[in-house]
Amino acid sequence: MTDLDIKLKVDASGLSCPLPIVRTAQAMKTVSSGDLVEVIATDPGSVKDFEAWSKSTGNVLVEQDSNGGKFRFVLRRK
Amino acid sequence: MDEPINLVLFSGTDDKLQAAAVLAAGAAALGRPVRIFLQYWGLDAFRADRIAADHGLAPEAGEAGAAAVKEALKTGKGDWVATLQAAKELGDVDIQACSLSMDILKLAQSDLDPMVDGVSGVAAFLINAGDGQMVFI
Repeated sequence: MTDLDIKLKVDASGLSCPLPIVRTAQAMKTVSSGDLVEVIATDPGSVKDFEAWSKSTGNVLVEQDSNGGKFRFVLRRK
Repeated sequence: MDEPINLVLFSGTDDKLQAAAVLAAGAAALGRPVRIFLQYWGLDAFRADRIAADHGLAPEAGEAGAAAVKEALKTGKGDWVATLQAAKELGDVDIQACSLSMDILKLAQSDLDPMVDGVSGVAAFLINAGDGQMVFI
């Protein structure tokens, strides 16, 4: 893990598909272009969802890792 | 990816409505417009006086399946009204009631939940659908 300047954290733990990306898309609207948003999710489907969402929307998936059933994503707003 | 995803909701059971709401919310998160057309029992489920009622499940649910869905609902998972509301707050999600179904069920727009944006015919729905994918549920 690197030292990133995270602007906003989204805790999507316990939420099931499609709420992790819904909450993230909502959060993304509240930050500026270039800002970093960190998302924590527990839905295993979120790994492929965030990859696809990032590719489709142009928001860059800067970091992603998992730890004991928790998935962490860092996204940079387009 | 600007073509809309078009959902025709015919069935009015809670599981099928949630499956549709998941598609709508996912598309909204991807920034795609969503066009929803309510027919028959899908429309009936949006009646303001019973939108929050138990609409039952598809016949294939069976007893064990029904118990699993009920259990998930207790933790807030699978609530189609909430999922659809989240989709509407997030993106461009338009919900239209089929005018023929309105006529058959003797409904006026004032009988429907405010989530429903209007009443329209099939031609308008098909024209607005453009070249986007169409899903019938």
